[in-house]
Amino acid sequence: MLTWLAHILHWSFLDSGSVQTALLVGGSAAVVCAVIGVFTILRGYAFAGHALGDVSSAGGSASFLLGISPLAGFLGIAGIAAVSLEFLGVRRAREQDVATGIVLGAGIGLSALFLYLDTTTTNTTGTAVTVMFGSMFTFPASLRLPAMMTAAAALVMMAILYRPLLLSMVDPELATTRGISTRWVGLLHLLTLAAAVALAALSVGAVLASALVIGPAGAAVRISRRPGVAILLAMLLGLTAVWCGIWMAYESYYWFAGRAWPVSFFVVTIIFLSYLTSVPLQYVRRRRFVRAMPMAAYAGG
Amino acid sequence: MFDIFMIHTWIASTIIAVTAGILGFFVVLRRSAFAAHALPLATFPGAAAAQLLGIQPLWGLMGFVTLAVVLLHQLQKLGRKDVAAGLVLVTLLAVGSLLLSMTNTYAPAVFSLLFGQVLGISAADLWPVATIASLVLIGAMSLYRPLLLQSAFPELAISRGISAGVIDIIFLGLLGLVTAMAMPVVGALLVFSLLIAPAAAAQSLSARPLQALVLAVMFSVGMMWLAIALSFWTNWPIGFFVGTMGALLFTSARMFRYIRHRWFSTALPTTMKNSSMKLILAAQPGEA
Repeated sequence: MLTWLAHILHWSFLDSGSVQTALLVGGSAAVVCAVIGVFTILRGYAFAGHALGDVSSAGGSASFLLGISPLAGFLGIAGIAAVSLEFLGVRRAREQDVATGIVLGAGIGLSALFLYLDTTTTNTTGTAVTVMFGSMFTFPASLRLPAMMTAAAALVMMAILYRPLLLSMVDPELATTRGISTRWVGLLHLLTLAAAVALAALSVGAVLASALVIGPAGAAVRISRRPGVAILLAMLLGLTAVWCGIWMAYESYYWFAGRAWPVSFFVVTIIFLSYLTSVPLQYVRRRRFVRAMPMAAYAGG
Repeated sequence: MFDIFMIHTWIASTIIAVTAGILGFFVVLRRSAFAAHALPLATFPGAAAAQLLGIQPLWGLMGFVTLAVVLLHQLQKLGRKDVAAGLVLVTLLAVGSLLLSMTNTYAPAVFSLLFGQVLGISAADLWPVATIASLVLIGAMSLYRPLLLQSAFPELAISRGISAGVIDIIFLGLLGLVTAMAMPVVGALLVFSLLIAPAAAAQSLSARPLQALVLAVMFSVGMMWLAIALSFWTNWPIGFFVGTMGALLFTSARMFRYIRHRWFSTALPTTMKNSSMKLILAAQPGEA
């Protein structure tokens, strides 16, 4: 107990370079995912967001084969998947489910092949674990700059898309008369989502990436119906989950007698618990502020 | 390729493909692709838990699939269905990564659980596969009509006294059984491809429920056989062949439909809704 306190009090873990990189990269992933996640949930694209994460694992595993940065691999394949989703008709409600499923199946198939080739042609072991479940403590410091740049680019894109995207979600016809192409706005949203998912895949692993995209945003959307408030809340939840998760994983080495638990486990568990907490909160809020027209908040911006 | 040690592989994968084709038909009709993707992955910790506890892997899988079905059903009632499916998936998967990190066979185990080990099936593995498959088939056949009605016309089903909640949990239960059966053989990620692609291709070619169902089973079995053969020759993982062939199958079915419609001015097939309506009404003239 005393040793734990000592660790908590003098924050020795902040001195480590790899912890700093993990906090920086994981934190930027959480912020970007929160902003994009709220729109993704409201558009009903949670499955597409999840699929982009799983498919991006093909990029992560290919990057080991090609010797390029994993972030580039995740970004490239997630981008291709976003375009294929749009091409197969993800915007039409009737087609959404199947289109997403087909892209997901093909992407996972590719990932299986690349992971197999990784183990047979290169000397790396444990690529499947790194790509699928992430390994935040092994990031090289050189990853900081590209990760921050990707995050900044995605945030700028979302700032530009904020109003047209909201308008085309609330009232597509009005958006069209105002000269907004719902098709382009949809595609740009998917591409930005792909960038966010790539960052999340790098941090918590490809198959767990959607936890950061849909978890905090899903909880935030339940608690507040205003998009701006929901985004701030999702950022807070996401950052808390990622940073607490990193700290707990670091400390778990001392808790469990020299056997650290994976970071992603802590991050995802915190996110899941925060979503469960948002369920009763939603009912409390509903009773206090009854709003007759829930979408009025969105129409007002 | 047809050596004695491959016989079990052929039998098990054929049974799995037939069951997946039939259940996939309902998955596509009900648009529950996300649930079909979430359940196998949520079952993933089962194998590791069984290894830690020293029990049969199948019991571990069954335990986690039950947990996943209950969680999914409860959370989907409380809010957005897709968010619930996604969160159940990632949470149980994260538990799986923790359990696997505690066992000593981490990396190879992860790969085979996710992408399957189709070339290593023994005679002892066949019994659970056959038993569960027959259970699922009996379940799906006896529920064929209410399941079809509830999937296509939820409101009509309620008026006939079919509870959406009961159908939903039975459907998820059947999906869970298929998952637990197929996962050790074809892997958590491959079950999904087998469920979605053949059924989606079949439903874009035919709008008659029974015809689409038969077509889905044929596609699924054909895909599985071809994938095993290709995997045997190239030594590449079977998941690669099933995933990419599924996407090819679906896009060619869509193109075929488009060309038939555009060049031969055949009317697009009526939707599954309309024809299943006819089927249901025709079967019960008195009530309709």
